[in-house]
Amino acid sequence: MPKMDEAQKTARIDSLQEELTGLITAVRTETDSKKRRKMIAQIGAYNRKIDTIKSGKMLSREAKRDLVAYSFIAPNFIGFCVFTLIPIVFAFALAFMNWDGSNPVQWAGLSNFIKLKDDVFFVAALKNTILYCVGTVPLTMAASLALAIVLNQKVKGRGIFRTLSFFPYVASLVAITSVWKMLFHPSKGPINNLLYTVFHVPQDKLPQWFTGGLVLLSMILFSIWKYMGYYMVIYLAGLQGIPGELYEAASLDGATTWQKFRYVTWPQLSSTTFFVVVMLTINCFKVYDVAIMLAAGGNGTLTESSTVLVYYIYQKAFIDWNLGYSSAVAMVLFLLVLLVTIIQFRGQAKRDRV
Amino acid sequence: MDACAADAGGEKGVIAYMKSAHKKAVLGKTAVYIILILIALVMVVPFLWMLSASIKSDREVFQMNPFVWIPENPKWSNYSDIWTKIPFGRFVLNTVYLTLVVTFLQLLTSSFAAYSFAKLHFRHKNTLFLAYIATIAMPWQVYMVPQFIMMRKMGLNDKLLAMICLQAFSAFGVFMMKQFYEGIPDDLCEAARIDGMSEYRIYANIMLPLSKPALSTLTIFTFVNTWNDYLGPLIYLKSQEKKTIQLGLKMFISQYSSDYGLIMAGSVLSLIPVLIVFLTLQKYFVEGVAATGLKG
Repeated sequence: MPKMDEAQKTARIDSLQEELTGLITAVRTETDSKKRRKMIAQIGAYNRKIDTIKSGKMLSREAKRDLVAYSFIAPNFIGFCVFTLIPIVFAFALAFMNWDGSNPVQWAGLSNFIKLKDDVFFVAALKNTILYCVGTVPLTMAASLALAIVLNQKVKGRGIFRTLSFFPYVASLVAITSVWKMLFHPSKGPINNLLYTVFHVPQDKLPQWFTGGLVLLSMILFSIWKYMGYYMVIYLAGLQGIPGELYEAASLDGATTWQKFRYVTWPQLSSTTFFVVVMLTINCFKVYDVAIMLAAGGNGTLTESSTVLVYYIYQKAFIDWNLGYSSAVAMVLFLLVLLVTIIQFRGQAKRDRV
Repeated sequence: MDACAADAGGEKGVIAYMKSAHKKAVLGKTAVYIILILIALVMVVPFLWMLSASIKSDREVFQMNPFVWIPENPKWSNYSDIWTKIPFGRFVLNTVYLTLVVTFLQLLTSSFAAYSFAKLHFRHKNTLFLAYIATIAMPWQVYMVPQFIMMRKMGLNDKLLAMICLQAFSAFGVFMMKQFYEGIPDDLCEAARIDGMSEYRIYANIMLPLSKPALSTLTIFTFVNTWNDYLGPLIYLKSQEKKTIQLGLKMFISQYSSDYGLIMAGSVLSLIPVLIVFLTLQKYFVEGVAATGLKG
C-alpha cells in the first residue's frame, strides 16, 4: 500500500464513504434477496477498507485474525495438502490413463474400467473382499457390543478385562498372525490336535485353515479377535453417555433385561453403531495385511481364493507397473467405501427423523 | 408382577421373593464372570502361547503330550540369537525413530490446527475443514500409488523421511482433536483473551494441559499405527538398513519359517514397546474416546 498524506487520506475516506452511503440506500430498495446479500457483504468490505485507512495500519483486525488462525493450521495443512489431497486428485486422473511410471502418459479413457470386468483375478479379489466384509462387519459389531455391555457392568477387575481385550488391537499383525498360524497349523497346531484327539476328527478331514475355502473364514475369525477390543472401547464410550434415568424408568415399568436392551440401549446407541459400522466397513474393504500374513505362500503371493482388492492394487502398481489399471482398481475400492458410507448415512438420517 | 404375587403371599412370600431375586442376581453375576473369564482367555492365550514358545526349542513348540507352558530347560538363547541372525537392532532403531518423530509431529500439528478450527473465527474455515472431512473416509490404499510416484519424484524413495511425511499429517488427528476442543467452554479462551493473552499462549497454557485425554488417545493410535504399519514401509523402504521391525520380522519369518522359537522371541520383542505405551496411557483412553467424538 502506498503511503498517503493526511489530505489524500481524508479524500479517499470521503469517496469511499460516499460509495458506501449509495450502497446502503440501494440495499434498502433492493428486493432480490440474493443481490441483497451480495450488497451487504460489499458494505462490510467497504467498512473494513475505511477502518484500515483510518487506523493507518497495513493490516486490518480481520486480516490479522485470519493470519493468526492460518498460522495454526499451516503446519498440518501444508503436509496434508501435499501428501494427501494432491495424491487423491492424481489418483482419480490416473485411473483414466495408461502409464508405467517412466514413459509418457497416455490417455486411456474408460478402457481400464472395461478391462476390469473380464479380469478373473480382479473379480475374485472383489468377491473375496466383499465376502470378508459381509462376514466381519456384523460379527465384529455384535461381539464388541456384547463385550462392551458386559464390561459396563459393575464387576470386579473390569479395568483389567478392558485392558486385556484391547491387547490384540495394539499387537502387531506380523507377530500375532505368526502365533495364529502356529495355533491353527494344519498338522502340528494345538487346535487341530484338539479336534483330532478330543473330537476324533479323522486325520485327513482336519481343516486346512489357511488354504482353499477356509482361508476367508480364518481371516474373518482372526479379524474379529483382533479388532473387537477397539470397537468395544467405542461402544463403551457410547454406553457411558446413556443417562441412567432411562434404565430406572424402564425398571419401574417392569422391563426385562432384553427389553431394556431392545428399547433403551440399542436406540440410544444408534449414532455409535453408525460410526462403528462405517469404520468397520472402511477398514474391512482395505484389508491387506491380514490376507498377506495368513494366506500368502512362501513367496508372498495370494491365490484366487484369498486375494483381496488392495493386494491387487499393490500387485498391479508395484510389480507390473501398470499404474492406470491399478488406479482403476483403487477407484472401485473407493466407490465401494463411498457407497456403504452413503447408505449408512441415509439410514442414520432416517432414524434420526423418526 | 412378581412383586404383587409376593404381596399376596404375605411376609413369607416377600422373603421367598427376595431370596429368589438374590439368587437370580448371584446367578447373573456368576454368568457374567464366566463369560468374562472365557473372553479374557481367548484374548490372552495367544500371547501366553507366544511367550511360552519363545523360550522353547523348535521341537518343543508343538509338543502336545504333555503340553508344558514353561519348558524344563528354557531356551533363553532365542532372545539373544534374534539380534545376530538378522540386523534386529537396526530395525528397532529405525522403527523407534520413525514412531517417535511421527507421533510427535502428529500431536503437535493436529492439536495446533484443531485449536484454530475449534476456537478461532476466520475466513474459509468451513472450506478448509471440509477438505479434511472429505478425506477421512478415503482409504489410504486408494491413493497410495500416486503418492508413491510423487514421493519418488521428490527423491524420497527408500528414505525414512517418506514414511514420516506419509503418516505425520493425518486428517484423523485434526478431526479428533477438534472434537475434543469443542467440548472445552469458549469462555475460558475469552477470559484469557480479555487478559491480553495471545492465541499462541492460550493454546500452550490453557488448551494443551486440558487435553490430556485426547492427546493420550491420539498418541496410542498414532504410535500403534506407525509401529505396526506394514504396507507403507513395504512400498517405500527397500534397502535392508532402512527396514522397520515389521518388515524385518516378516523377512525373517519367510527365511526361517520353521525356527518357531526365534520367530516368537522376535515377536515378543516387537510387542513390548507398544504394550508399554498403551499401558501407561490407557487410563485416559476410554475418557479420551468418549470426549473426542470418536463414538460418532
